[in-house]
Amino acid sequence: MLRDDLDLDKEYALSANHDEEHGKALRKKIWKVTAILTAITIVEVITGGSIKQYYEGVPNSSWWIIKWAFIFLTLVKAGYIVLSFMHLGDERKNFRYMILGPYILFILYLIFHLFTEATYWGEIIHQ
Amino acid sequence: MWFFLVSDALTFGGLLCTYGYFRHQYGDWPIGEEVFNAMPFLGNGFPLLYVALMTFILIVSSVTMVLAVEAGHRLDKKGVIKWLTLTVIGGAFFVGSQAWEWYHFIHGSHYGVILTPELMNDGWATIRDVAGGGFSLDYGHGQMITDPALVSQYMAEPLGAIQGANMIENEYAPMIPQFGNLFFFITGFHGFHVLSGVVINLIILINVKKGVYDERGHFEMVEKVGLYWHFVDLVWVFVFTFFYLV
Repeated sequence: MLRDDLDLDKEYALSANHDEEHGKALRKKIWKVTAILTAITIVEVITGGSIKQYYEGVPNSSWWIIKWAFIFLTLVKAGYIVLSFMHLGDERKNFRYMILGPYILFILYLIFHLFTEATYWGEIIHQ
Repeated sequence: MWFFLVSDALTFGGLLCTYGYFRHQYGDWPIGEEVFNAMPFLGNGFPLLYVALMTFILIVSSVTMVLAVEAGHRLDKKGVIKWLTLTVIGGAFFVGSQAWEWYHFIHGSHYGVILTPELMNDGWATIRDVAGGGFSLDYGHGQMITDPALVSQYMAEPLGAIQGANMIENEYAPMIPQFGNLFFFITGFHGFHVLSGVVINLIILINVKKGVYDERGHFEMVEKVGLYWHFVDLVWVFVFTFFYLV
């Protein structure tokens, strides 16, 4: 294998295996993340099942807090999955930014672009 | 694998943004916990419970995948086989559950919805049983018509009727055909990813059993398919939030 980066850092070699002790620490971390993800999902479902968007036809005025809490919790879950389970958090910094940077930038652009357009069309249709 | 995942993530990002586009345009949108409240063997009245179970199973199968990868780093073939098998089972369970969800979504509620000359919900009402006989009309958001005479008059001559969902119309949002389309397309596309993931995991599991990776001296392939599997889980986290919770 003619890759000088692997000579500098053996951790990235295909044969970079770890021993039992290292494995124990890793498993502990995995179970911790599992507990966090499960707890978030349970909280989400209980909140979603108990707090309504409408009470007797009247919109729940504080629903927006719940909505943004859900979106925030989703991003937390996504962060744990990508950074821990997909171990992007343990990759090199440049690689991490190369994967996440363009994607986040593009999606934020798309959200802004589409939602602005949708709100505009919605206003026209509802008039 | 990472570059493929980024491009795939862009596809899903585009689809979910399209979903957001229509939600923003229409303003009024069906509420997830009212649409998806059925549970196998138990009937209706369990908001979000089954989909929460599905979500949990997918997360757990992601965890068993991480454990398989970790076992692979210790060259522990038995451990890899154990955890990878559990991952395949979890994935298969999820695909089956999604088929059940689809069946319920297509089949619809017991009586479907009818169009009535009312202003509420553009006139669309769900027919519901009343305890002790008879029916009531549910206009959503807690607005009901319970007067038996009016209900039977509307039910005798409905201006329109929809039951279940297809690509043209759906009873959950009679004025928004895109609701059904987006549900079918996005969860279908994701379900297809899960199905391919299960098949790929199965192939790798067979390879592990045959000792292909012992010969190679590393279980890198388990890690690669693991990345894809986590990605499928990641997408579902977002689908779950935007289709069911928010």
